[in-house]
Amino acid sequence: MPKLTIDGREIEVADGLTVLQACELAGVEIPRFCYHERLSVAGNCRMCLVEMERSPKPVASCAMPVGEGMVIRTDTPLVEKARKGVMEFLLINHPLDCPICDQGGECDLQDQAMAYGSDRGRFEENKRAVKEKYMGPLIKTIMTRCIHCTRCVRFATEVAGVEEIGALGRGEHLEISTLEQAINSELSGNLADVCPVGALTSRPYAFTARSWELRKTNSVDTLDAVGSNIRIDSRGREVMRVLPRLHEDVNEEWLADKSRYSCDGLGRQRLDRPYVRRDGKLREASWEEAFGAIRERLSGVSGDKIAALAGDQCDAESMMALKDLMTSLKSPNLDCRQDGAKLDPNHRGGYLFNTGIAGIEQADAILLVAANPRWEAPLINARIRKRFLSGGLEVGAIGVPKDLSYPVAQLGAGPDTLAELAAGKGDFAKVLKGAERPMIVLGMAGLTRPDGAAVLALARQVAEKFNMVRDSWNGFNVLHTAAARVAGLDLGFVPGSGGRDVEGILDGAAKGEIEALYLLGADEIDMSRLGGETFVIYQGHHGDSGAHRADVILPGAAYTEKNGTYTNTEGRVQLGRLAAFPPGEAREDWTILRALSEVVGTRLPYDNLGELRQRLIEVNAVFAALDTLEPAAWGDFGAAGKLDAAPFGVAVENYYMTDPISRASETMAKCAAELGLGPQAKATGTDG
Amino acid sequence: MLQDQDRIFTNLYGLHDWGLKGARQRGVWDGTKKLLELGRDGIVQQIKDSQLRGRGGAGFPAGLKWSFMPKENDGRPHYLVVNADESEPGSCKDREILRNDPHRLLEGCLVAGFAMGANACYIYIRGEYVLESQRLEAAIEQAYEAGLIGKDACGSGWPYDIYVHRGAGAYICGEETALLESMEGKKGQPRLKPPFPAAMGLYGCPTTVTNVETIAVSPEILRRGADWWAALGRPNNTGTKIFSISGHVNTPCNVEEEMGIPLRDLIDTHAGGVRGGWDNLLAVIPGGSSVPCIPKPTCGSVRMDFDSLRDVKSGLGTAAVIVMDKSTDIVAAIANLSHFYMHESCGQCTPCREGTGWMWRVMERLVRGDAHIDEIDSLLEVTHEVEGHTICALGDAAAWPIQGLIRHFRPELEKRILDAKKRGQVAAE
Repeated sequence: MPKLTIDGREIEVADGLTVLQACELAGVEIPRFCYHERLSVAGNCRMCLVEMERSPKPVASCAMPVGEGMVIRTDTPLVEKARKGVMEFLLINHPLDCPICDQGGECDLQDQAMAYGSDRGRFEENKRAVKEKYMGPLIKTIMTRCIHCTRCVRFATEVAGVEEIGALGRGEHLEISTLEQAINSELSGNLADVCPVGALTSRPYAFTARSWELRKTNSVDTLDAVGSNIRIDSRGREVMRVLPRLHEDVNEEWLADKSRYSCDGLGRQRLDRPYVRRDGKLREASWEEAFGAIRERLSGVSGDKIAALAGDQCDAESMMALKDLMTSLKSPNLDCRQDGAKLDPNHRGGYLFNTGIAGIEQADAILLVAANPRWEAPLINARIRKRFLSGGLEVGAIGVPKDLSYPVAQLGAGPDTLAELAAGKGDFAKVLKGAERPMIVLGMAGLTRPDGAAVLALARQVAEKFNMVRDSWNGFNVLHTAAARVAGLDLGFVPGSGGRDVEGILDGAAKGEIEALYLLGADEIDMSRLGGETFVIYQGHHGDSGAHRADVILPGAAYTEKNGTYTNTEGRVQLGRLAAFPPGEAREDWTILRALSEVVGTRLPYDNLGELRQRLIEVNAVFAALDTLEPAAWGDFGAAGKLDAAPFGVAVENYYMTDPISRASETMAKCAAELGLGPQAKATGTDG
Repeated sequence: MLQDQDRIFTNLYGLHDWGLKGARQRGVWDGTKKLLELGRDGIVQQIKDSQLRGRGGAGFPAGLKWSFMPKENDGRPHYLVVNADESEPGSCKDREILRNDPHRLLEGCLVAGFAMGANACYIYIRGEYVLESQRLEAAIEQAYEAGLIGKDACGSGWPYDIYVHRGAGAYICGEETALLESMEGKKGQPRLKPPFPAAMGLYGCPTTVTNVETIAVSPEILRRGADWWAALGRPNNTGTKIFSISGHVNTPCNVEEEMGIPLRDLIDTHAGGVRGGWDNLLAVIPGGSSVPCIPKPTCGSVRMDFDSLRDVKSGLGTAAVIVMDKSTDIVAAIANLSHFYMHESCGQCTPCREGTGWMWRVMERLVRGDAHIDEIDSLLEVTHEVEGHTICALGDAAAWPIQGLIRHFRPELEKRILDAKKRGQVAAE
């Protein structure tokens, strides 16, 4: 613990800190541009110069490690002059176009120029202009504003793991450049965040709003199962942008591109009023008419002929309300696993990412089974890469080979390889055996197969064989892709006794055994399997596949438009908050169910969100512990059975389009096209 | 005046055989094994006692620098890197060593490398030195064949390899950490210090980067003793030095002389005097392009060593003496240097990237007198904003020549501005 003196005050700090960090601890703010806590130190902006005793020159505090007995001064005329000098140099070639710059109002350069800038320039020459670089549909570049801090270069190289940004040229001709194509990363949006000036900004957000006009709402993301903490910036009813919010144990300060840029999809293809199908056509209706149509069709239908499916982005409250409604209708047919994943709802330890996202940093061997974390949960992949960078990590993968941005030993393609591992065969078995804290990550592609339960049991065997689950360490992880899934399982949105699961419901619907199907935001099932006679009620926010098939549409709220509880893949319960009201006649989802319950049967026993949350806690106490990870009980989950030799498939075919919101997003469509995904990539007749 | 028997570089002009046979006749590789028997500490102590200061420009005590290398090997190899990326405008001393006396350098590589616990030495040679790199390669070949280096260097049992690495023409790669980056195959940009190369250098291993001349003189110091070297020159500025005299002199040359020789003696004795006589002298840049110039009155009295030149607010640098007579447009000359530094700035850190271009542009206008009088002061202030605030010394090197110009030739700058203004008024009438 070195002791040093900062501006005359003695302070003792931890070893290995830099002078800049020590100054922060001492409450002395040091201006900086290139320094970023989560990136390597570049020391090139020279803004953080401080005076150090026995050093003839001022030193860059961001790069200077603390030492015993150091005497640092940050308030001397020398330091002041150095900072003013650096600021002047940064500004001479900066366009000073703050009034038309999207960074204006939240720009490090602007802020620090207030403290260290001069009110006039002495630079009489022409300013340098730099050609724009193309960085794809997400990042807009105005490279003349660049101050060459190289944060973007370091972010891309270190965090994202794509070496596609670099500096070309030298001296005043130094330019940050790319390969003149979109950055091949799911984290590229963070480039706009790390850029301290307006050189890299968000392209979809360009010229749409000024930061000070926006209402900022803290919420959580639902486009994957990571549960990233976000800040939703809205103006009036419109969500203008989504930004990451710091949560060290979940997303740190990063955000995946889909979570950040899908928000334009919130304004497209929205269901803003109820619809009822009459004479084969969906026609606008009032809430009374829609509810009336439902009451009419459901009257006299016995409970076992009614079924409900919950989608991937539902909040726990609406799922609870729907479950209670189905119970009152005496239907045991409900499921929240619309992809058919053979997850066992009876053992929480069998469907969670038990290690925790932050726990990845302690692992020393990771086995990925049928998982592509880069697309299924980019921020979990970033955590694995972070762990890889600190050294001593072995990663093996079974499934479709993918570039995950760190080296992976490809072990095999299907369950056979997993079975071999479970039997202790192969090189990677030795790695797992020798590892102190090994992890297995089981992806949805392994569980949605017909033999999913057997794969789950096999994964459990592997975890047990290599001692992955013990008192202080749980290395068994299920990587979810649906934000609603864990909460659905926690509150028991699964078939009751004698009830049908998703496969049974679809079969039943085809055969006419299911007469009415309630889809709560469920769009990922194969609608063509539903029989023509099935009465489909779709409650959701987008005109996606569910709404197309529906007989009655009840317009609900997207995740930015309601207060809801979500549980991420780790089992972390977090609250999403209303940032903007739902459009038109759409309503928060639980209120729709509550209103419908009065029409079709028994009134649900809660009149406000607080009471509904009480009900949630009654059903499962985990909902009471917000933002904590409770160790989940281990059990005998999965079912031994015959394994299919077929290789594992993929859970996410196209990262940019996985749900109704991202499918409605123009930005996501552009991304998919840019990276050769999706239908736009197909060759046309004029291609050669 | 240096006596002939004290001369180290006896083939500085390439009049004799550069090869191994000729070198041996001149005393190179003579009893090298015995030098190694002094042991690591013995060699470093001798160099410390000799007060040898680095010949690359900064004049850091060589023995001290060598002693920074870890005493014990922690499993990482140690490296000696010889900086032969001689690119300072005005300097051409290392070139003569490389092409005319390469074995002297190689012997030094072995001795110095041994003293640092290194088994490998890399010589980073300026890309434009094509012939020199060929000579060096040939000399290395000869040394391997003769068993002077290799698995059992000079029969000492110490394995030692020497490799040549050619640069690609960037001045900044002569900065020691940029040189290491370049050798590692990266962009030539200086690293932050600490960590210093002795702790974390080439490929993260303990490394010492040293100038060619420093290395080349070291075996001779060990052979003749630290006292002999320390007796030459003046205290703290000992030994001999190769001076490169160029510019407006009658016979430009490289010459090995004693440290502390008066500048006037150096020019008059070896370079045939200033063109048109001493009275025709305007100014001298005494240590390569990066040090401030000194005006004629100072030139008459100053001695050529680190401390004397520092006292007149200049520096010995690489001892490249650039002589300018009264026909010189001194402002244009310094503007030319400003352009050089702007062109060679790596662009990594702010003050140098932005400052060098700014300074050059103002200098260009000052050449024509197209400026305001107060711009001289603001230019001076800009040089102080660059100086000392950069990662490496290139910022300082860009600032100093301009500071020297303003210090000694401000009347000239003002005159040009006033003249230009007058011309403008006449034209307007």
